[in-house]
Amino acid sequence: MLETSFRQRAIGWLQAGPMVIIFVGFFLIPLLFVIVVSFWDYNDYEMLPVFSGRGYTDTFESCLDQLPQFCTILRTYGSTLKFCLIVWSLTLVIGFTVAYFLAFHVRSRTWQIGLSLLCTIPFWTSNVIRMIAWIPLLGRNGLVNNALVGLKIVDRPLEWLLFSEFSVVLAFVHLFTFFMVVPIFNSMIRIDKALIEAAYDSGASGFQTLVNVVIPLSKPGIVIGSIFVITIVMGDFITIGVMGGQQIASAGKIIQTRLDAIQFPAAAANAVILLAATMMIIAAMTRLVDIRKEL
Amino acid sequence: MREGRSRAFYVLAAFFAAYVLFLYGPMIAIFTLSFQGPDGGLTFPMNGISLHWFEHLFFAGTGIVDIGASFVRSAKLGLVVALLTMVISVAAGMAFRKGFRGQALVFYLAIASLIVPSIITSLGIALEFRLFDDWIKAHAAALPAFVGQDFSTSMGLLTSGLAAHLTWTLPFGLLIMFAVFNRFDRRYEEAARDLGATPWQTFRHVVLPIILPSVVGIGLFGFTLSWDEIARSSQAIGPVNTLPLDLQGLTTTVTNPDIYALGTATTGVSLVAIGLALFVIVFLQRRRSRQGEP
Repeated sequence: MLETSFRQRAIGWLQAGPMVIIFVGFFLIPLLFVIVVSFWDYNDYEMLPVFSGRGYTDTFESCLDQLPQFCTILRTYGSTLKFCLIVWSLTLVIGFTVAYFLAFHVRSRTWQIGLSLLCTIPFWTSNVIRMIAWIPLLGRNGLVNNALVGLKIVDRPLEWLLFSEFSVVLAFVHLFTFFMVVPIFNSMIRIDKALIEAAYDSGASGFQTLVNVVIPLSKPGIVIGSIFVITIVMGDFITIGVMGGQQIASAGKIIQTRLDAIQFPAAAANAVILLAATMMIIAAMTRLVDIRKEL
Repeated sequence: MREGRSRAFYVLAAFFAAYVLFLYGPMIAIFTLSFQGPDGGLTFPMNGISLHWFEHLFFAGTGIVDIGASFVRSAKLGLVVALLTMVISVAAGMAFRKGFRGQALVFYLAIASLIVPSIITSLGIALEFRLFDDWIKAHAAALPAFVGQDFSTSMGLLTSGLAAHLTWTLPFGLLIMFAVFNRFDRRYEEAARDLGATPWQTFRHVVLPIILPSVVGIGLFGFTLSWDEIARSSQAIGPVNTLPLDLQGLTTTVTNPDIYALGTATTGVSLVAIGLALFVIVFLQRRRSRQGEP
Protein backbone atom coordinates (compact mmCIF):
# COMPACT_ATOMS: atom_id res chain seq x y z
CA MET A 1 0.00 0.00 0.00
CA LEU A 2 2.85 2.29 0.91
CA GLU A 3 4.31 1.74 -2.53
CA THR A 4 1.12 2.60 -4.38
CA SER A 5 0.70 5.81 -2.42
CA PHE A 6 4.27 6.77 -3.27
CA ARG A 7 3.53 5.97 -6.92
CA GLN A 8 0.38 8.07 -6.75
CA ARG A 9 2.24 11.01 -5.26
CA ALA A 10 4.96 10.70 -7.87
CA ILE A 11 2.34 10.80 -10.62
CA GLY A 12 0.77 13.89 -9.04
CA TRP A 13 4.12 15.68 -9.05
CA LEU A 14 4.83 14.61 -12.61
CA GLN A 15 1.47 16.01 -13.72
CA ALA A 16 1.92 19.30 -11.91
CA GLY A 17 5.62 19.40 -12.80
CA PRO A 18 5.53 21.29 -16.11
CA MET A 19 3.35 24.03 -14.64
CA VAL A 20 5.53 24.32 -11.53
CA ILE A 21 8.67 24.53 -13.70
CA ILE A 22 7.19 27.35 -15.77
CA PHE A 23 5.93 29.39 -12.83
CA VAL A 24 9.13 28.93 -10.83
CA GLY A 25 11.49 29.30 -13.78
CA PHE A 26 9.79 32.13 -15.61
CA PHE A 27 7.84 33.96 -12.94
CA LEU A 28 9.28 33.41 -9.45
CA ILE A 29 12.98 33.44 -10.37
CA PRO A 30 12.59 36.43 -12.75
CA LEU A 31 10.82 38.29 -9.94
CA LEU A 32 13.77 37.53 -7.64
CA PHE A 33 16.13 38.77 -10.36
CA VAL A 34 14.18 42.02 -10.54
CA ILE A 35 14.59 42.48 -6.78
CA VAL A 36 18.30 41.55 -6.81
CA VAL A 37 19.16 43.68 -9.86
CA SER A 38 17.30 46.66 -8.36
CA PHE A 39 20.17 46.81 -5.82
CA TRP A 40 22.92 46.72 -8.45
CA ASP A 41 24.98 49.59 -9.77
CA TYR A 42 25.02 50.67 -13.41
CA ASN A 43 26.78 52.94 -15.87
CA ASP A 44 25.80 54.24 -19.30
CA TYR A 45 25.84 50.92 -21.09
CA GLU A 46 25.72 48.02 -18.65
CA MET A 47 24.67 46.85 -15.19
CA LEU A 48 27.37 46.20 -12.62
CA PRO A 49 26.81 43.40 -10.10
CA VAL A 50 27.89 45.32 -7.00
CA PHE A 51 25.53 46.38 -4.25
CA SER A 52 24.19 49.89 -4.67
CA GLY A 53 21.03 51.77 -3.81
CA ARG A 54 21.46 53.98 -6.87
CA GLY A 55 18.42 52.59 -8.68
CA TYR A 56 16.29 53.85 -5.80
CA THR A 57 18.15 57.07 -4.99
CA ASP A 58 18.11 58.11 -8.68
CA THR A 59 14.40 57.48 -8.77
CA PHE A 60 13.71 59.64 -5.73
CA GLU A 61 16.38 62.21 -6.62
CA SER A 62 15.87 65.54 -4.86
CA CYS A 63 12.43 64.49 -3.64
CA LEU A 64 13.18 65.67 -0.13
CA ASP A 65 14.56 69.03 -1.29
CA GLN A 66 11.49 69.80 -3.33
CA LEU A 67 8.99 69.23 -0.53
CA PRO A 68 6.28 70.37 -0.09
CA GLN A 69 6.15 70.20 -3.92
CA PHE A 70 6.01 66.69 -5.33
CA CYS A 71 8.97 65.48 -7.37
CA THR A 72 8.54 63.70 -10.73
CA ILE A 73 8.17 60.19 -9.35
CA LEU A 74 5.58 61.18 -6.76
CA ARG A 75 3.67 63.23 -9.32
CA THR A 76 3.71 60.27 -11.71
CA TYR A 77 2.39 57.93 -9.03
CA GLY A 78 -0.20 60.54 -8.12
CA SER A 79 -1.34 60.69 -11.74
CA THR A 80 -1.38 56.87 -12.06
CA LEU A 81 -3.44 56.58 -8.86
CA LYS A 82 -5.81 59.22 -10.16
CA PHE A 83 -6.35 57.20 -13.38
CA CYS A 84 -6.82 54.11 -11.22
CA LEU A 85 -9.50 55.75 -9.12
CA ILE A 86 -11.42 57.27 -12.05
CA VAL A 87 -11.27 54.12 -14.19
CA TRP A 88 -12.11 51.91 -11.22
CA SER A 89 -15.22 53.90 -10.29
CA LEU A 90 -16.44 54.10 -13.91
CA THR A 91 -15.86 50.43 -14.68
CA LEU A 92 -17.46 49.49 -11.36
CA VAL A 93 -20.65 51.50 -11.96
CA ILE A 94 -20.99 50.47 -15.62
CA GLY A 95 -19.90 46.87 -14.99
CA PHE A 96 -22.24 46.45 -12.03
CA THR A 97 -25.19 47.84 -13.97
CA VAL A 98 -24.54 45.59 -16.98
CA ALA A 99 -24.07 42.54 -14.75
CA TYR A 100 -27.23 43.40 -12.80
CA PHE A 101 -29.23 43.65 -16.01
CA LEU A 102 -27.88 40.33 -17.30
CA ALA A 103 -28.32 38.49 -14.00
CA PHE A 104 -31.71 39.76 -12.82
CA HIS A 105 -33.58 41.19 -15.76
CA VAL A 106 -32.67 38.79 -18.55
CA ARG A 107 -34.81 35.82 -17.75
CA SER A 108 -33.78 32.96 -20.00
CA ARG A 109 -30.41 31.25 -19.83
CA THR A 110 -30.09 31.34 -23.61
CA TRP A 111 -30.50 35.11 -23.73
CA GLN A 112 -28.01 35.53 -20.88
CA ILE A 113 -25.41 33.51 -22.77
CA GLY A 114 -26.22 35.21 -26.06
CA LEU A 115 -25.92 38.74 -24.67
CA SER A 116 -22.71 37.88 -22.79
CA LEU A 117 -21.20 36.54 -26.02
CA LEU A 118 -22.22 39.75 -27.75
CA CYS A 119 -20.07 41.63 -25.23
CA THR A 120 -17.06 39.31 -25.66
CA ILE A 121 -16.79 39.43 -29.46
CA PRO A 122 -14.93 42.79 -29.48
CA PHE A 123 -12.23 41.17 -27.31
CA TRP A 124 -11.11 39.18 -30.31
CA THR A 125 -9.70 42.37 -31.76
CA SER A 126 -6.28 43.49 -30.63
CA ASN A 127 -6.34 46.12 -27.89
CA VAL A 128 -4.16 48.50 -29.88
CA ILE A 129 -6.62 48.34 -32.77
CA ARG A 130 -9.47 49.03 -30.36
CA MET A 131 -7.56 52.09 -29.17
CA ILE A 132 -6.83 53.57 -32.57
CA ALA A 133 -10.44 52.84 -33.51
CA TRP A 134 -11.26 56.04 -31.66
CA ILE A 135 -9.34 58.15 -34.20
CA PRO A 136 -12.12 58.34 -36.82
CA LEU A 137 -14.58 59.26 -34.07
CA LEU A 138 -12.64 61.63 -31.82
CA GLY A 139 -9.93 63.06 -34.09
CA ARG A 140 -9.90 66.69 -35.17
CA ASN A 141 -11.90 65.79 -38.28
CA GLY A 142 -13.67 62.92 -36.60
CA LEU A 143 -17.38 62.26 -36.45
CA VAL A 144 -17.87 63.82 -33.00
CA ASN A 145 -16.09 67.06 -33.84
CA ASN A 146 -17.80 67.32 -37.24
CA ALA A 147 -21.15 66.89 -35.55
CA LEU A 148 -20.40 69.43 -32.83
CA VAL A 149 -19.15 72.01 -35.34
CA GLY A 150 -22.01 71.24 -37.74
CA LEU A 151 -24.58 71.74 -34.99
CA LYS A 152 -22.79 74.98 -34.03
CA ILE A 153 -22.27 73.77 -30.48
CA VAL A 154 -18.59 74.67 -30.70
CA ASP A 155 -16.78 77.07 -33.08
CA ARG A 156 -13.78 74.92 -33.82
CA PRO A 157 -12.94 71.24 -33.26
CA LEU A 158 -12.26 70.22 -29.66
CA GLU A 159 -8.62 69.27 -29.13
CA TRP A 160 -9.02 67.40 -25.86
CA LEU A 161 -11.05 64.54 -27.30
CA LEU A 162 -8.05 62.56 -28.51
CA PHE A 163 -4.52 62.03 -27.16
CA SER A 164 -5.53 63.45 -23.81
CA GLU A 165 -6.33 62.26 -20.29
CA PHE A 166 -9.94 62.06 -21.43
CA SER A 167 -9.16 59.59 -24.23
CA VAL A 168 -6.95 57.52 -21.91
CA VAL A 169 -9.82 57.09 -19.43
CA LEU A 170 -12.25 56.41 -22.28
CA ALA A 171 -10.00 53.70 -23.70
CA PHE A 172 -9.50 52.07 -20.29
CA VAL A 173 -13.26 51.97 -19.72
CA HIS A 174 -13.82 50.72 -23.25
CA LEU A 175 -11.24 47.94 -22.96
CA PHE A 176 -11.62 46.73 -19.40
CA THR A 177 -15.21 47.20 -18.17
CA PHE A 178 -16.02 43.65 -19.17
CA PHE A 179 -13.40 42.37 -16.70
CA MET A 180 -15.66 43.87 -14.05
CA VAL A 181 -18.86 42.44 -15.57
CA VAL A 182 -17.75 38.78 -15.59
CA PRO A 183 -16.91 38.27 -11.89
CA ILE A 184 -19.83 40.40 -10.67
CA PHE A 185 -22.26 38.52 -12.92
CA ASN A 186 -20.76 35.29 -11.62
CA SER A 187 -21.46 36.34 -8.01
CA MET A 188 -24.94 37.56 -8.85
CA ILE A 189 -26.23 34.39 -10.50
CA ARG A 190 -25.30 32.50 -7.34
CA ILE A 191 -27.61 34.68 -5.23
CA ASP A 192 -30.64 32.67 -4.17
CA LYS A 193 -33.66 34.30 -5.83
CA ALA A 194 -35.70 33.43 -2.72
CA LEU A 195 -33.69 36.01 -0.77
CA ILE A 196 -34.81 38.72 -3.14
CA GLU A 197 -38.42 37.57 -3.03
CA ALA A 198 -38.15 37.61 0.77
CA ALA A 199 -36.88 41.19 0.72
CA TYR A 200 -39.80 42.25 -1.51
CA ASP A 201 -42.30 40.40 0.63
CA SER A 202 -40.95 42.13 3.73
CA GLY A 203 -41.71 45.43 2.06
CA ALA A 204 -38.27 46.48 0.82
CA SER A 205 -38.23 48.77 -2.20
CA GLY A 206 -36.22 47.82 -5.26
CA PHE A 207 -33.48 50.21 -4.20
CA GLN A 208 -33.39 48.87 -0.64
CA THR A 209 -33.12 45.32 -1.96
CA LEU A 210 -30.25 46.39 -4.18
CA VAL A 211 -28.34 48.06 -1.37
CA ASN A 212 -29.04 45.59 1.42
CA VAL A 213 -29.20 42.27 -0.41
CA VAL A 214 -27.68 42.34 -3.89
CA ILE A 215 -24.61 44.52 -3.30
CA PRO A 216 -23.40 42.72 -0.14
CA LEU A 217 -23.82 39.34 -1.82
CA SER A 218 -21.99 40.51 -4.97
CA LYS A 219 -19.02 41.73 -2.95
CA PRO A 220 -16.67 38.87 -3.90
CA GLY A 221 -17.24 39.54 -7.60
CA ILE A 222 -16.81 43.26 -7.09
CA VAL A 223 -13.49 42.71 -5.32
CA ILE A 224 -12.14 40.28 -7.95
CA GLY A 225 -13.15 42.60 -10.79
CA SER A 226 -11.63 45.56 -8.98
CA ILE A 227 -8.32 43.74 -8.49
CA PHE A 228 -8.22 42.96 -12.22
CA VAL A 229 -8.93 46.53 -13.28
CA ILE A 230 -6.62 48.13 -10.73
CA THR A 231 -3.61 45.93 -11.51
CA ILE A 232 -4.11 46.56 -15.23
CA VAL A 233 -4.23 50.34 -14.82
CA MET A 234 -1.36 50.44 -12.29
CA GLY A 235 1.05 48.61 -14.60
CA ASP A 236 -0.20 50.04 -17.88
CA PHE A 237 2.10 51.79 -20.31
CA ILE A 238 0.47 50.85 -23.61
CA THR A 239 -2.98 52.44 -23.30
CA ILE A 240 -1.56 55.54 -21.66
CA GLY A 241 1.13 55.65 -24.33
CA VAL A 242 -1.10 55.25 -27.38
CA MET A 243 -4.14 57.19 -26.14
CA GLY A 244 -2.10 59.87 -24.38
CA GLY A 245 -0.09 60.55 -27.54
CA GLN A 246 3.05 59.39 -25.63
CA GLN A 247 2.78 62.58 -23.56
CA ILE A 248 1.39 61.32 -20.25
CA ALA A 249 3.65 59.74 -17.61
CA SER A 250 2.67 56.59 -15.72
CA ALA A 251 4.26 54.18 -13.29
CA GLY A 252 4.60 51.58 -16.05
CA LYS A 253 6.06 54.04 -18.54
CA ILE A 254 8.86 55.03 -16.14
CA ILE A 255 10.06 51.43 -16.28
CA GLN A 256 9.91 51.43 -20.07
CA THR A 257 11.82 54.73 -20.29
CA ARG A 258 14.57 53.40 -18.00
CA LEU A 259 14.78 50.26 -20.14
CA ASP A 260 15.10 52.29 -23.32
CA ALA A 261 18.09 53.97 -21.67
CA ILE A 262 19.47 50.47 -20.82
CA GLN A 263 19.40 51.33 -17.11
CA PHE A 264 18.30 47.90 -15.89
CA PRO A 265 18.88 48.43 -12.16
CA ALA A 266 16.89 51.67 -12.24
CA ALA A 267 14.11 49.95 -14.20
CA ALA A 268 14.15 47.08 -11.70
CA ALA A 269 13.99 49.51 -8.75
CA ASN A 270 10.92 51.13 -10.32
CA ALA A 271 9.42 47.69 -10.90
CA VAL A 272 9.88 46.86 -7.21
CA ILE A 273 8.20 50.14 -6.22
CA LEU A 274 5.32 49.48 -8.62
CA LEU A 275 4.98 45.92 -7.32
CA ALA A 276 4.88 47.14 -3.72
CA ALA A 277 2.27 49.79 -4.53
CA THR A 278 0.07 47.30 -6.42
CA MET A 279 0.38 44.64 -3.74
CA MET A 280 -0.62 47.11 -1.02
CA ILE A 281 -3.81 47.98 -2.89
CA ILE A 282 -4.61 44.29 -3.49
CA ALA A 283 -3.86 43.39 0.13
CA ALA A 284 -6.29 46.07 1.22
CA MET A 285 -8.94 44.67 -1.10
CA THR A 286 -8.45 41.00 -0.17
CA ARG A 287 -8.98 41.93 3.49
CA LEU A 288 -12.58 42.35 2.34
CA VAL A 289 -13.02 38.90 0.84
CA ASP A 290 -11.47 35.44 0.70
CA ILE A 291 -10.81 34.88 -3.00
CA ARG A 292 -10.09 31.15 -2.70
CA LYS A 293 -13.64 30.47 -1.59
CA GLU A 294 -14.99 32.00 -4.78
CA LEU A 295 -13.46 29.70 -7.37
CA MET B 1 -40.57 40.53 -10.57
CA ARG B 2 -43.00 37.94 -11.88
CA GLU B 3 -45.49 40.35 -13.41
CA GLY B 4 -44.81 42.20 -16.69
CA ARG B 5 -41.59 44.06 -17.47
CA SER B 6 -40.95 46.81 -14.94
CA ARG B 7 -39.78 50.29 -15.85
CA ALA B 8 -36.38 49.38 -14.40
CA PHE B 9 -36.11 46.71 -17.08
CA TYR B 10 -36.43 49.22 -19.92
CA VAL B 11 -33.99 51.66 -18.32
CA LEU B 12 -31.44 48.89 -17.79
CA ALA B 13 -32.02 47.46 -21.25
CA ALA B 14 -31.35 50.89 -22.75
CA PHE B 15 -28.18 51.15 -20.65
CA PHE B 16 -27.06 47.74 -21.86
CA ALA B 17 -27.76 48.67 -25.48
CA ALA B 18 -25.72 51.85 -25.03
CA TYR B 19 -22.85 49.77 -23.60
CA VAL B 20 -22.93 47.39 -26.57
CA LEU B 21 -22.98 50.33 -28.97
CA PHE B 22 -20.01 51.82 -27.10
CA LEU B 23 -18.17 48.49 -27.50
CA TYR B 24 -18.89 48.08 -31.18
CA GLY B 25 -19.09 51.65 -32.51
CA PRO B 26 -15.38 52.44 -32.88
CA MET B 27 -14.61 49.04 -34.35
CA ILE B 28 -17.32 49.26 -36.95
CA ALA B 29 -15.85 52.63 -37.90
CA ILE B 30 -12.38 51.28 -38.60
CA PHE B 31 -13.59 48.12 -40.29
CA THR B 32 -15.55 50.33 -42.66
CA LEU B 33 -12.68 52.76 -43.19
CA SER B 34 -10.21 49.97 -43.97
CA PHE B 35 -12.07 49.51 -47.26
CA GLN B 36 -11.37 53.12 -48.28
CA GLY B 37 -10.38 53.89 -51.84
CA PRO B 38 -6.71 54.69 -52.60
CA ASP B 39 -7.27 58.40 -51.84
CA GLY B 40 -9.01 57.76 -48.53
CA GLY B 41 -7.82 59.22 -45.26
CA LEU B 42 -8.10 58.36 -41.60
CA THR B 43 -11.58 59.76 -41.08
CA PHE B 44 -15.03 59.73 -42.64
CA PRO B 45 -16.41 60.30 -45.24
CA MET B 46 -15.44 57.27 -47.28
CA ASN B 47 -13.49 58.07 -50.38
CA GLY B 48 -14.45 55.21 -52.67
CA ILE B 49 -14.39 51.51 -51.86
CA SER B 50 -11.48 49.18 -52.53
CA LEU B 51 -9.13 46.59 -51.12
CA HIS B 52 -6.24 48.96 -51.83
CA TRP B 53 -5.06 49.25 -48.21
CA PHE B 54 -4.99 45.49 -47.64
CA GLU B 55 -2.86 45.07 -50.74
CA HIS B 56 -0.70 47.98 -49.66
CA LEU B 57 -0.25 46.43 -46.23
CA PHE B 58 0.73 42.91 -47.22
CA PHE B 59 2.46 43.40 -50.55
CA ALA B 60 3.90 46.87 -50.68
CA GLY B 61 4.73 46.79 -46.96
CA THR B 62 4.46 49.83 -44.74
CA GLY B 63 8.03 50.78 -45.43
CA ILE B 64 9.05 50.34 -41.79
CA VAL B 65 8.30 46.77 -40.85
CA ASP B 66 7.64 43.52 -42.65
CA ILE B 67 4.04 42.96 -41.54
CA GLY B 68 3.71 39.64 -43.35
CA ALA B 69 6.68 38.18 -41.44
CA SER B 70 5.48 39.33 -38.03
CA PHE B 71 2.00 38.01 -38.88
CA VAL B 72 3.52 34.56 -39.45
CA ARG B 73 5.69 34.79 -36.30
CA SER B 74 2.70 35.70 -34.13
CA ALA B 75 0.61 32.88 -35.58
CA LYS B 76 3.43 30.39 -34.99
CA LEU B 77 3.97 31.52 -31.40
CA GLY B 78 0.21 31.53 -30.77
CA LEU B 79 -0.13 27.93 -31.95
CA VAL B 80 2.77 26.71 -29.79
CA VAL B 81 1.38 28.61 -26.78
CA ALA B 82 -2.10 27.15 -27.38
CA LEU B 83 -0.79 23.60 -27.60
CA LEU B 84 1.42 23.84 -24.50
CA THR B 85 -1.30 25.62 -22.51
CA MET B 86 -3.73 22.79 -23.24
CA VAL B 87 -1.32 19.98 -22.31
CA ILE B 88 0.17 21.63 -19.22
CA SER B 89 -3.20 22.86 -17.86
CA VAL B 90 -4.87 19.46 -18.24
CA ALA B 91 -1.95 17.70 -16.54
CA ALA B 92 -1.90 20.20 -13.70
CA GLY B 93 -5.71 20.07 -13.42
CA MET B 94 -5.49 16.29 -12.94
CA ALA B 95 -2.81 16.75 -10.26
CA PHE B 96 -4.91 19.34 -8.39
CA ARG B 97 -7.85 16.95 -8.47
CA LYS B 98 -5.96 14.24 -6.66
CA GLY B 99 -4.22 16.79 -4.49
CA PHE B 100 -0.46 16.96 -4.03
CA ARG B 101 1.88 18.41 -1.50
CA GLY B 102 2.52 22.08 -2.18
CA GLN B 103 -0.65 22.57 -4.22
CA ALA B 104 -1.65 25.70 -2.32
CA LEU B 105 1.72 27.21 -3.18
CA VAL B 106 1.32 26.43 -6.90
CA PHE B 107 -2.17 27.90 -6.84
CA TYR B 108 -0.93 31.14 -5.30
CA LEU B 109 1.94 31.28 -7.82
CA ALA B 110 -0.61 31.04 -10.64
CA ILE B 111 -2.76 33.80 -9.17
CA ALA B 112 0.30 35.97 -8.55
CA SER B 113 1.42 35.46 -12.15
CA LEU B 114 -1.99 36.72 -13.21
CA ILE B 115 -2.02 39.91 -11.13
CA VAL B 116 1.59 41.05 -11.00
CA PRO B 117 1.77 43.84 -13.62
CA SER B 118 2.93 42.32 -16.91
CA ILE B 119 5.77 44.75 -17.42
CA ILE B 120 7.42 43.49 -14.21
CA THR B 121 7.25 39.83 -15.30
CA SER B 122 8.53 40.86 -18.71
CA LEU B 123 11.45 42.77 -17.21
CA GLY B 124 12.29 39.81 -14.95
CA ILE B 125 12.38 37.36 -17.84
CA ALA B 126 14.52 39.76 -19.86
CA LEU B 127 16.98 40.08 -16.96
CA GLU B 128 17.07 36.31 -16.48
CA PHE B 129 17.92 35.66 -20.13
CA ARG B 130 20.40 38.53 -20.33
CA LEU B 131 22.30 37.32 -17.27
CA PHE B 132 22.28 33.83 -18.78
CA ASP B 133 23.67 35.26 -22.05
CA ASP B 134 26.40 37.06 -20.12
CA TRP B 135 27.28 33.87 -18.32
CA ILE B 136 27.55 31.94 -21.59
CA LYS B 137 29.70 34.63 -23.16
CA ALA B 138 31.99 34.67 -20.14
CA HIS B 139 32.39 30.90 -20.23
CA ALA B 140 32.39 30.48 -24.01
CA ALA B 141 35.88 28.99 -24.02
CA ALA B 142 34.96 26.26 -21.57
CA LEU B 143 31.72 25.29 -23.32
CA PRO B 144 31.39 22.91 -26.27
CA ALA B 145 32.10 24.65 -29.56
CA PHE B 146 28.52 24.52 -30.85
CA VAL B 147 27.39 26.72 -27.96
CA GLY B 148 30.33 29.07 -27.69
CA GLN B 149 30.81 29.93 -31.35
CA ASP B 150 29.20 33.20 -32.48
CA PHE B 151 26.59 33.09 -29.75
CA SER B 152 24.68 36.33 -29.51
CA THR B 153 21.57 35.79 -27.41
CA SER B 154 19.35 33.06 -26.02
CA MET B 155 16.34 35.37 -26.16
CA GLY B 156 13.86 34.74 -28.92
CA LEU B 157 10.34 33.99 -30.01
CA LEU B 158 10.31 30.39 -28.80
CA THR B 159 12.51 30.80 -25.73
CA SER B 160 11.97 33.94 -23.66
CA GLY B 161 8.92 34.97 -25.72
CA LEU B 162 7.22 31.61 -25.25
CA ALA B 163 8.04 31.63 -21.53
CA ALA B 164 6.57 35.10 -21.10
CA HIS B 165 3.35 34.12 -22.86
CA LEU B 166 2.94 30.91 -20.86
CA THR B 167 3.12 32.82 -17.55
CA TRP B 168 0.06 34.69 -18.85
CA THR B 169 -1.99 31.86 -20.42
CA LEU B 170 -1.40 29.09 -17.87
CA PRO B 171 -3.20 30.75 -14.92
CA PHE B 172 -6.30 31.08 -17.12
CA GLY B 173 -5.91 27.49 -18.30
CA LEU B 174 -5.66 26.25 -14.71
CA LEU B 175 -8.72 28.25 -13.57
CA ILE B 176 -10.75 26.83 -16.47
CA MET B 177 -9.64 23.31 -15.52
CA PHE B 178 -10.82 23.95 -11.94
CA ALA B 179 -14.21 24.99 -13.29
CA VAL B 180 -14.34 21.90 -15.53
CA PHE B 181 -13.43 19.42 -12.79
CA ASN B 182 -15.78 21.08 -10.29
CA ARG B 183 -18.64 19.90 -12.47
CA PHE B 184 -17.12 16.55 -13.40
CA ASP B 185 -19.01 13.46 -12.26
CA ARG B 186 -16.50 11.18 -10.54
CA ARG B 187 -18.75 8.16 -11.00
CA TYR B 188 -17.63 7.81 -14.63
CA GLU B 189 -14.08 7.24 -13.48
CA GLU B 190 -15.13 4.90 -10.70
CA ALA B 191 -17.13 2.86 -13.19
CA ALA B 192 -14.13 2.65 -15.51
CA ARG B 193 -11.91 1.56 -12.64
CA ASP B 194 -14.42 -1.06 -11.51
CA LEU B 195 -14.43 -2.45 -15.03
CA GLY B 196 -10.69 -2.91 -14.77
CA ALA B 197 -9.32 0.09 -16.69
CA THR B 198 -5.81 1.24 -15.84
CA PRO B 199 -5.45 4.90 -14.75
CA TRP B 200 -4.14 5.78 -18.22
CA GLN B 201 -7.03 3.96 -19.95
CA THR B 202 -9.48 5.73 -17.63
CA PHE B 203 -7.98 9.08 -18.60
CA ARG B 204 -7.64 8.33 -22.30
CA HIS B 205 -11.04 6.73 -22.90
CA VAL B 206 -13.26 8.26 -20.20
CA VAL B 207 -12.00 11.56 -18.78
CA LEU B 208 -10.41 13.05 -21.89
CA PRO B 209 -13.38 12.60 -24.24
CA ILE B 210 -15.65 14.24 -21.68
CA ILE B 211 -13.43 17.28 -21.06
CA LEU B 212 -12.16 17.62 -24.64
CA PRO B 213 -14.51 20.46 -25.67
CA SER B 214 -13.30 22.54 -22.70
CA VAL B 215 -9.71 21.68 -23.53
CA VAL B 216 -10.20 23.02 -27.05
CA GLY B 217 -11.63 26.13 -25.37
CA ILE B 218 -8.42 26.48 -23.32
CA GLY B 219 -6.40 26.22 -26.51
CA LEU B 220 -8.48 28.92 -28.18
CA PHE B 221 -8.12 31.15 -25.14
CA GLY B 222 -4.37 30.57 -25.10
CA PHE B 223 -4.06 31.42 -28.78
CA THR B 224 -5.98 34.68 -28.56
CA LEU B 225 -4.25 35.81 -25.36
CA SER B 226 -0.92 35.22 -27.08
CA TRP B 227 -2.02 36.73 -30.40
CA ASP B 228 -2.82 40.04 -28.66
CA GLU B 229 -0.15 40.11 -26.02
CA ILE B 230 2.05 43.22 -25.83
CA ALA B 231 3.03 44.04 -22.26
CA ARG B 232 4.70 40.73 -21.48
CA SER B 233 6.33 40.46 -24.90
CA SER B 234 7.65 44.02 -24.80
CA GLN B 235 10.92 43.25 -22.99
CA ALA B 236 11.10 39.50 -23.34
CA ILE B 237 10.56 38.85 -27.03
CA GLY B 238 14.20 39.26 -28.10
CA PRO B 239 15.47 40.48 -31.47
CA VAL B 240 12.28 40.03 -33.54
CA ASN B 241 8.85 41.51 -32.89
CA THR B 242 5.42 39.95 -32.83
CA LEU B 243 2.52 41.47 -34.72
CA PRO B 244 0.97 43.45 -31.82
CA LEU B 245 4.38 44.97 -31.01
CA ASP B 246 4.81 46.11 -34.61
CA LEU B 247 1.27 47.37 -34.54
CA GLN B 248 1.97 49.40 -31.42
CA GLY B 249 5.04 50.84 -33.13
CA LEU B 250 2.93 51.84 -36.13
CA THR B 251 0.47 53.85 -34.03
CA THR B 252 3.00 56.63 -33.55
CA THR B 253 3.31 57.11 -37.30
CA VAL B 254 -0.26 56.43 -38.37
CA THR B 255 -1.01 58.47 -41.47
CA ASN B 256 -3.07 56.27 -43.77
CA PRO B 257 -5.71 53.58 -43.48
CA ASP B 258 -3.33 50.62 -43.82
CA ILE B 259 -3.31 50.40 -40.01
CA TYR B 260 -7.09 50.01 -40.16
CA ALA B 261 -6.64 47.29 -42.77
CA LEU B 262 -4.23 45.58 -40.39
CA GLY B 263 -6.83 45.81 -37.64
CA THR B 264 -9.46 44.27 -39.86
CA ALA B 265 -7.08 41.49 -40.93
CA THR B 266 -5.99 40.58 -37.37
CA THR B 267 -9.61 40.54 -36.23
CA GLY B 268 -10.34 38.28 -39.18
CA VAL B 269 -7.70 35.81 -37.92
CA SER B 270 -9.26 35.88 -34.44
CA LEU B 271 -12.71 35.22 -35.87
CA VAL B 272 -11.38 32.33 -37.97
CA ALA B 273 -9.76 30.94 -34.81
CA ILE B 274 -13.05 31.11 -32.86
CA GLY B 275 -14.94 29.68 -35.81
CA LEU B 276 -12.57 26.70 -36.05
CA ALA B 277 -12.61 26.15 -32.29
CA LEU B 278 -16.41 26.31 -32.10
CA PHE B 279 -16.62 23.91 -35.02
CA VAL B 280 -14.31 21.44 -33.27
CA ILE B 281 -16.19 21.85 -29.95
CA VAL B 282 -19.58 21.22 -31.58
CA PHE B 283 -18.15 18.27 -33.49
CA LEU B 284 -16.73 16.76 -30.29
CA GLN B 285 -19.97 17.28 -28.39
CA ARG B 286 -21.99 15.67 -31.16
CA ARG B 287 -19.67 12.70 -31.20
CA ARG B 288 -19.80 12.50 -27.42
CA SER B 289 -23.58 12.47 -27.27
CA ARG B 290 -23.74 9.97 -30.14
CA GLN B 291 -21.35 7.59 -28.42
CA GLY B 292 -23.10 8.11 -25.11
CA GLU B 293 -26.20 6.50 -26.52
CA PRO B 294 -26.41 2.73 -26.84
